[in-house]
Amino acid sequence: MATSTTSPQLNRGGPTDPGRTPRRVGFSQTLGRWDVKLSPYLYISPFFILFALTGLFPLLYTAFVSLHDWNLIGGKGEFVGFENYTYVLQQPNFWKGIRNTFSIFFISTIPQLILAITIAAMLDANLRAKTFWRMGVLLPYVIAPVAVSLIFGKLFADQSGIINTLLGKVGVDPIGWHAQVLPSHIAIASMVDFRWTGFNTLVFLAAMQAIPRDLYEAAVLDGANRVRQFFSVTVPMLRPTIIFVVITSTIGGLQIFDEPRLFDQVGQGGPSRQWMTATMYIYEVGWGNQKSFGRASAVAWILFLIILIVGIINFSITRRISSDESSKKARKKVVR
Amino acid sequence: MSAPSVPVIAQTAGKGAARAAARRRHTKVGGSERRPGWVSYLILTVVLIGSILPLYYAFLLASSNSAYIAQHPIPSLIPQGEFFDNVSRVLNSDIQFWKALGNSIIVATVQAVFLVFFSTLAGFSFSKLRFRGRNGLLVFVIATQAVPTQLGIVPLFIVMSQLHWTGKLIAVIVPGLVTAFGVFWMTQYLESALPYELIEASRVDGASMIRSFWHVALPAARPAAVMLGLFTFVGSWTSFFWPFIVLGPENPTLPVAVQLLQASYFKDMALIMAGVTVSIIPLIVLFFVAGRQLVAGIMQGAVKG
Repeated sequence: MATSTTSPQLNRGGPTDPGRTPRRVGFSQTLGRWDVKLSPYLYISPFFILFALTGLFPLLYTAFVSLHDWNLIGGKGEFVGFENYTYVLQQPNFWKGIRNTFSIFFISTIPQLILAITIAAMLDANLRAKTFWRMGVLLPYVIAPVAVSLIFGKLFADQSGIINTLLGKVGVDPIGWHAQVLPSHIAIASMVDFRWTGFNTLVFLAAMQAIPRDLYEAAVLDGANRVRQFFSVTVPMLRPTIIFVVITSTIGGLQIFDEPRLFDQVGQGGPSRQWMTATMYIYEVGWGNQKSFGRASAVAWILFLIILIVGIINFSITRRISSDESSKKARKKVVR
Repeated sequence: MSAPSVPVIAQTAGKGAARAAARRRHTKVGGSERRPGWVSYLILTVVLIGSILPLYYAFLLASSNSAYIAQHPIPSLIPQGEFFDNVSRVLNSDIQFWKALGNSIIVATVQAVFLVFFSTLAGFSFSKLRFRGRNGLLVFVIATQAVPTQLGIVPLFIVMSQLHWTGKLIAVIVPGLVTAFGVFWMTQYLESALPYELIEASRVDGASMIRSFWHVALPAARPAAVMLGLFTFVGSWTSFFWPFIVLGPENPTLPVAVQLLQASYFKDMALIMAGVTVSIIPLIVLFFVAGRQLVAGIMQGAVKG
């Protein structure tokens, strides 16, 4: 590999040209050595410093805040142990938040995967105007969730919404998209899918194009038709990518806030909190009526642990699948 | 990727070029053998209409008025012609539209520029320089991609209020100056796109590390840097949760301001939709200019994992 054979030369310090600056050779060599030694750390330091201050520290400090009586206005109060946790865990609204978050997550993720893979399969062909179609599916990605939510909130209006009106024309009774639990989750999931299906379609398309075409040729020789090829070659080869997409949408999906927050003008997730998510609950406890940072932190920390557990489950599934793949001698995606 | 000449390309032009060459060969073979029927075009057209229709619906409502909306749950596909009246009402409403627009431009631009710079700097170091702890630190960066940092908002808010930054743009900008993804992305790209020989040549010429970075690594990183900048800009422009918490209505970004429209004028749907429409126009324009790069960026990122 070119990497290991040539790089040591970089570590020898900047070789200077003695003919040009004869007097300063010694000094500039010392300087050069420091330059070589310290520069690598210096260049990565902005990331580590800023991430530590604005990402890692707040997340860990959340645990500290959660053990205190801590108010938005009054600031830090007494150490209360796990009181905030026991309080929060007794709140029906907390459990509603967890339920709604997972429900919206599942309702959005599963159809999105199916849709994205199907559309990607359509794009993974010798289409005319390839770029046009690819850009077309990506357009919703640049629309802010706030805008999507305001538009879809009106589309799914219970009284005069376009969807209920259209349903009425085919003889279906109006659905309480805002009033009922499951319909509101479907409406919010549709906003998530509107924005992200195209993005993930392109992720799957890229993965499909990396599938060696001789696998399809072999399938054709074995008499497989297009549908059979899709299910027996494409889908199995996409498994690592499916896992990757599921993991990324888990991290984002379990923190969902924008879409449900703006689904109505009140922003509390409905009169009986039928679509209030966990992150909305954090906001309500911390910045709403209670203004309790201690309790909000307790909710955040619980949610963090849930995401961690889901992540570990995802990871173990990924490992099992990737070891399956290598045992089958299938081409594995290089993830570094 | 086992075609005989690919390793040769890998040696002469770098891993990235080899991968690209191999991919090109595969697509060519695949493309000529698989011809899409009209069903593909039909499905794709339906998808395309599905992407555009909600946006067009917003525009239709934005060009009508409350009375029309009440009478016509399904609006006519031809706009009603009150769009500019409604837009001017948005501009004159108390959501401070111009200020919000300016704020969004500042926040998104500053974040994109700095994030790209810091990421390229770190990516240069991780991909081309040798130092103790390199692999461990890189693994740490990759692992932090999975950290849900949004859950640290309470302490982040406490810190911002102690710095007296709440309500100021800096409170939104600073937490978005670096991402693990950005560092990872630039590391991946520079690893294949920047040959060691180029850096060595500049070092032999007596250039300091920072000069090598500025004159060799940065130009080589440009295609990936542009994509990263675009994604950061879009992400920053569309983000709502943190700006909503830390800025408040006096000094909003665009999503925060548009959301205020719904809170204060919720009966006036034409006004709200006019606000929504003007707020999404800048990114739609950007999309038409740079959408190709976004598409290419997503597809490259996906292949690299």
